[in-house]
Amino acid sequence: MSSATNAHDDAHGQAHHKFHQHHFLTMAQQASSAKFGMWLFLGQEVLFFSGLFMAYFVFRALYPETWLHSAEYLSKTMGGINTVVLLYSSLTMALAVRSAQLSDKKGLIINLIQTIVCAFIFMVVKYFEYSAKFDHGFLPGALYHGHEFIPGRPELFFTVYFTMTGLHGIHVVAGIGVLFWILKRAIRGDFDSTYYIPVENVGLYWHLVDLVWIFLFPLLYLVR
Amino acid sequence: MSATTIDHSPSHAAGEHGHHDNYLVAKKGISSWIWTVDHKRLGIMYLAAVILFFIVGGLAAIAVRTELMNPTKDIMDADAYNRMFTLHGAVMVFLVIIPSIPASLGNFVLPLMLGAKDVAFPKLNLASFWVYVLGAAFFIATLVTGGVDTGWTFYTPYSIKTSSSATIALLGAFILGFSSIFTGINFLVTIHKMRAPGLTWDRLPLFVWALYATALMQVLATPVLAITLGLLVLERTIHIGIFDPVYGGDPVLFQHFFWFYSHPAVYIMIVPGFGMISELITVHSRKGIFGYKPIAISSVAIAFIGFLVWGHHLFVSSQSALAGSIFSFLTFAVAVPTAIKVFSWIATLYKGSIQYTTPMVYALSFLFLFSIGGLTGLFLGSLSVDVHLTDTYFVIAHFHYVMMGGTIIAFIGGVHHWWHKFTGKNYNEKIGVIAAIIIFVGFNVTFFTQFIFGSQGMPRRYWSYLEQYHTGHMISTYGSYLLAVGLFLALFNLLASLRNKGVAPERWRGVSLEWETATPPIEHNFESIPVVTAGPYDFPEVRAARTGNGH
Ligand code: HEM
Ligand SMILES: [Cu+2]
Repeated sequence: MSSATNAHDDAHGQAHHKFHQHHFLTMAQQASSAKFGMWLFLGQEVLFFSGLFMAYFVFRALYPETWLHSAEYLSKTMGGINTVVLLYSSLTMALAVRSAQLSDKKGLIINLIQTIVCAFIFMVVKYFEYSAKFDHGFLPGALYHGHEFIPGRPELFFTVYFTMTGLHGIHVVAGIGVLFWILKRAIRGDFDSTYYIPVENVGLYWHLVDLVWIFLFPLLYLVR
Repeated sequence: MSATTIDHSPSHAAGEHGHHDNYLVAKKGISSWIWTVDHKRLGIMYLAAVILFFIVGGLAAIAVRTELMNPTKDIMDADAYNRMFTLHGAVMVFLVIIPSIPASLGNFVLPLMLGAKDVAFPKLNLASFWVYVLGAAFFIATLVTGGVDTGWTFYTPYSIKTSSSATIALLGAFILGFSSIFTGINFLVTIHKMRAPGLTWDRLPLFVWALYATALMQVLATPVLAITLGLLVLERTIHIGIFDPVYGGDPVLFQHFFWFYSHPAVYIMIVPGFGMISELITVHSRKGIFGYKPIAISSVAIAFIGFLVWGHHLFVSSQSALAGSIFSFLTFAVAVPTAIKVFSWIATLYKGSIQYTTPMVYALSFLFLFSIGGLTGLFLGSLSVDVHLTDTYFVIAHFHYVMMGGTIIAFIGGVHHWWHKFTGKNYNEKIGVIAAIIIFVGFNVTFFTQFIFGSQGMPRRYWSYLEQYHTGHMISTYGSYLLAVGLFLALFNLLASLRNKGVAPERWRGVSLEWETATPPIEHNFESIPVVTAGPYDFPEVRAARTGNGH
């Protein structure tokens, strides 16, 4: 059916773009569809996390003293480092999108690599944090066997801690995956000022991952 | 809707037009179906899957009803009975009703109605189908691993403790949720971005409006279910304690989470049915819809208010009296937009040329059955009345009147309505109408009795019962057999038509864009992009009447 597609493009006075999909009339329609779809996906993600945030507030209201004391056993330093790392990665991601818009292939690649490196740093720090919790027996629910005295229900605090940061971590790992995919396409030269929507969409996703962390950090680490 | 099309394509020389094959034969071989991104083929695949699981869930229902024929054991013991009604409920809700109208009929018809070549993300559409199949496979796996006995609601704390294969079922429902979310995202983007020139929001067929509201709820509610089921899986496997009082968790929190999804989900189930009925009533009475805007907006209003009423499922679950009263009030509010629709449909029929075609008979049964279902919802929404009625057969009857009498009836009506568009074949109208009437009668015999013995106190999900309910249960069971006969008759009638050769003549047509394409449609839907110049229900009859009045 390429004949029909070409025909539509002729009608709109456009050349056929390499990445133009057949069922869209124009590249502009394709781009705005992809972006709108991404926003909906992000809305879905927010609600996916919302259940956990709700659980956080319910149990914090039920066991305020547990929250106060348990949070002291999270490392504010490591959490802080990760916050800075993620914020910086959001900057490089935004710069990557801008490079793509300006057809600056080199800038795009450098910024994507920086973003990926940040994501890895985040996961490494997370690894050390998690192992410290494991060592002290600060585990969720039935697995909890911490020796320090924490009033109330510390096992629930760590359930909330691990499910929230765990789900967030899964999103970071998925982010690494899609960032590599975008990097590969960037190296191949897929993106320029006429076509950069995948970079922009991955950017939106990455900012959301960052944003969730911006909420998690104060809620979990900075209780006191 | 109609009228003009523009041909953008100089390359489509006149002689070339005849050569576009219809979507069923355009590509050949089994892998052309497995990997298809054509929304029409995916719609047909969903349709086949939904019908298949409807039969599975239906056989489970027959088994449940047969067991309830007598208060003693008939065909299975109490444990098997618990597994059987769970299988029935879970299959019907997650594998049948939720995908029924949107994913099968909607997939096929939506891009056609919009004058588009496909949905916005065809590959996502394909993915969503196979994710659905994967989720279904998990459900089927529970059959082999011993079944689930929690009921489709998976209430904690029992669902934490039960030894049966609940984890597999939970994972299945989790996966199915993503199929539903993908479809929702796809439809929202398609409706926003892929409309043909001239197809303004107030010219959209009401079926499209209904799919829009549904998709909105799918995208916003389903992720909450996903996280809830995910947490329950963790609860069962490593005991994270969030729903378990042993570790300070709260089992009622599960109910809140579950109904925050599942009340919107009941509207995910019924709103597409509303859309379907708007199409059936107009096309088969040749009248413009009464109150286009109220019907369109009320779908969206329902989607919104539907998020605020989940607490009416927790009236007796230690919810505060104040919260209960507020939820009760909001529940009444949600009935308002629903009633607006019902009255508009009736006003549409008034002075229309009603044709008793098979789809119309289904539409009329919908009006009757759904009204009963909706009104009994108000009984249940009244706080004090519900304390008596909750967890009785009255609730069972209520939701069967809305889900089966509403959604499933609208779905079957829709399949008949567009069968010719899908396949190019005509089924036997007389048998079609007879089947519809048998279904209507069988349905009422089965479920109206349940209102009666439910209000007398017969609890739901019980394997045995007091002698006083015996007659009621017997009538209900015989009714279910009649219902099954009607359903199989309808199915055989449709399938038999597939043996006919060639493309049969059209028996009715509307003026929305899906009627403008070839039958069956060509692979890319339209030879050229249609341009819309009128509303979706501007039938020739309506125009004639209008000019007639003018003179
Ligand atoms: C006028 C609109 C409606 C109102 C006011 C309403 C009200 C209610 C109330 C208050 C309950 C809780 C009863 C109890 O457990 O004690 C209930 C249960 C239920 N309703 Fe509705 N309802 C309405 C429409 C619908 C629709 C359209 C559907 C589905 C298509 C539906 C499906 C259900 C289901 C499945 C249950 C029982 C769930 C369970 O516990 O297994 N309802 N309804
Ligand atoms: Cu409800």
